Amino acid sequence: MKRSDDRWFRLGTGAIAALVLLVVVGIGFELTRQSMLSIEKFGFGFWKGTTWDPVSGDFGALPFIWGTLYSALLALLLSTPIALGIAIFISELSPRVLRQPLTYLTELLAAIPSIVYGLWGVFVLVPIIRKLELITPDALKKLPLFKGPPLGVGMLSAAVILAIMVVPLTSSVAREILKNVPSTQREAAYALGATRWEAIKVAIGFGRTGIIGAIMLGFGRALGETMAVTMVIGNNPQVTTSLFAPQYTMAAVIANEFTEAADELYLHALIEIGLLLFIITIVVNLISRLLVRMRKAAA
Amino acid sequence: MKKLTILAALLAAFACKPAETNAPPATGAAIQINGAGATFPYPIYSKWFDEYHTAHPNVQINYQSIGSGGGIKQLTAETVFFGATDGPMNDEQRRNAPGAILHFPTVLGGVVPIYNVPGTTSQLRFSGTTLANIYLGGITKWNDAAIAKENPGVNLPATDIAVVHRSDGSGTTYIWCDFLSKVSPDYKSKVGVNTSVSWPAGIGAKGNEGVSGLVQQTPGAIGYVELIYALQNKIPFAAVQNKAGEFVTATLDSVTAAAASVTMPDDFRISITNAEDKEAYPIASFTWLLLYEQPKDKARAKIMVDFLKWALTDGQKDASALHYAPLPKAVVDKELQAIAKIQL
Repeated sequence: MKRSDDRWFRLGTGAIAALVLLVVVGIGFELTRQSMLSIEKFGFGFWKGTTWDPVSGDFGALPFIWGTLYSALLALLLSTPIALGIAIFISELSPRVLRQPLTYLTELLAAIPSIVYGLWGVFVLVPIIRKLELITPDALKKLPLFKGPPLGVGMLSAAVILAIMVVPLTSSVAREILKNVPSTQREAAYALGATRWEAIKVAIGFGRTGIIGAIMLGFGRALGETMAVTMVIGNNPQVTTSLFAPQYTMAAVIANEFTEAADELYLHALIEIGLLLFIITIVVNLISRLLVRMRKAAA
Repeated sequence: MKKLTILAALLAAFACKPAETNAPPATGAAIQINGAGATFPYPIYSKWFDEYHTAHPNVQINYQSIGSGGGIKQLTAETVFFGATDGPMNDEQRRNAPGAILHFPTVLGGVVPIYNVPGTTSQLRFSGTTLANIYLGGITKWNDAAIAKENPGVNLPATDIAVVHRSDGSGTTYIWCDFLSKVSPDYKSKVGVNTSVSWPAGIGAKGNEGVSGLVQQTPGAIGYVELIYALQNKIPFAAVQNKAGEFVTATLDSVTAAAASVTMPDDFRISITNAEDKEAYPIASFTWLLLYEQPKDKARAKIMVDFLKWALTDGQKDASALHYAPLPKAVVDKELQAIAKIQL
């Protein structure tokens, strides 16, 4: 190898890295350009508008932003304990024979296309959720969290299906992180007389930045998931905390209405939703980076 | 190393082979024509284009079913040669186009209400106003007086009505809302007509299959799907009261009757929902093929004109087998005259 090979290699890979940056900037620019009509008409009021009326040309994004964040957050709450449980079991506790099959099975879950999850949601999950909603006691139904008729489709179904889709992602990244914790960490803990549980806690503490990263990765996936969600969420734009109510997400409305949006303003409003989703994803990523960095500084 | 040389030899062999067989086909002037638009007529259009290709091997017509809105956009941008739509182009869309665009009805479709009412076995009947009030959220129980009055003798439960509508933009929604807006001023002012609307009530499901799936598994649900979808999947549907006061079950004949009973304007842009005729099914619509009046590419235009003439005459025979309602003869005759407007 010559030294000049090194330089070319660096330049080449650098150019490819720059390309990524260019693509991100390009997407942001193009989304803004294509949503100009809507941006001019609704201004900053767009994100807090609650009507979405293609007939009269009045558009607001709040119900979609709400539905997206709410469903992703609920999915995170449901999936994180399960995903971490799987990761800890596989990396720390599982008998050696089970390790490979379990790893393989969780990864298999990640490979299932989202339309298949959606179909399963419609035919299996939604009827189960509807039964749950029917047997919810009336006292609970008075709470805003459980208001509404027992439709089956709605926020709860969406959150559950998102959680199932996110679990393999979060758990496989978390498992890798735990695997990479130096064994000296655990050995040191045992040397100090730690129990097995305490030693695992030490390992988790060591890898926590990575584990937070794994959770945020799952959150990002939940934000952008389209097909499976639109099939079970009920697609009704409204801002409500009720788990039983049909709601809507940003990705779902774009997928649903884009093809038939013939009117210019309508199309621009849909693309502005895309722009907002793009911004939200970037902000979420930035926050997760900051969290990781803060943790690092603290450690 | 040995393996590598064998591999290289194999690769070389494969690389050479296509070079011999992939030579351009010797059919000479193969002509490709591209179109895009509505998903509703896709099955019959693809059958037509396929049959036309068999009869004229040098002509290949490609159709992308990207939706009516997309079809109009692509035709306006002149990226496709012809468009197709379930709702006629509005004035704004026509202004945006670089030239005059002609509408040609090709076949007919209908939209039918489907329902899941626990305990009822007989076919339900609805008037337009009742359907409008259900979709406005005004009627919320199956045993409501308005529904009971239209269904004498049917034992209706006190179940909540779960309204299901399309979540994706669709010509089906357009036709459904077009009918409900005609019969209910309230619906017209609160909801209006479009491929997507702001729904006052209910849950959205994607596609005909999504709506029918949700209706079938939700007790108390009501929804609407294309007639063709209900027929193909043998889903029972309700009869709807037409303008003459009759309760009509949608069939290919009653849909064609709706088209026969309207006075056809010269540009064929007409809504045939709530038609006058006693036999007419009230929630019906044409689907249109869109062509420029002064096409730039005369050779392709000639082929499209020839194709259209064939589709309107011999091609109509394919319609009923695929559950599309064929055009009434009067409409076909009028169209055959109108085709002459295209400047070849």
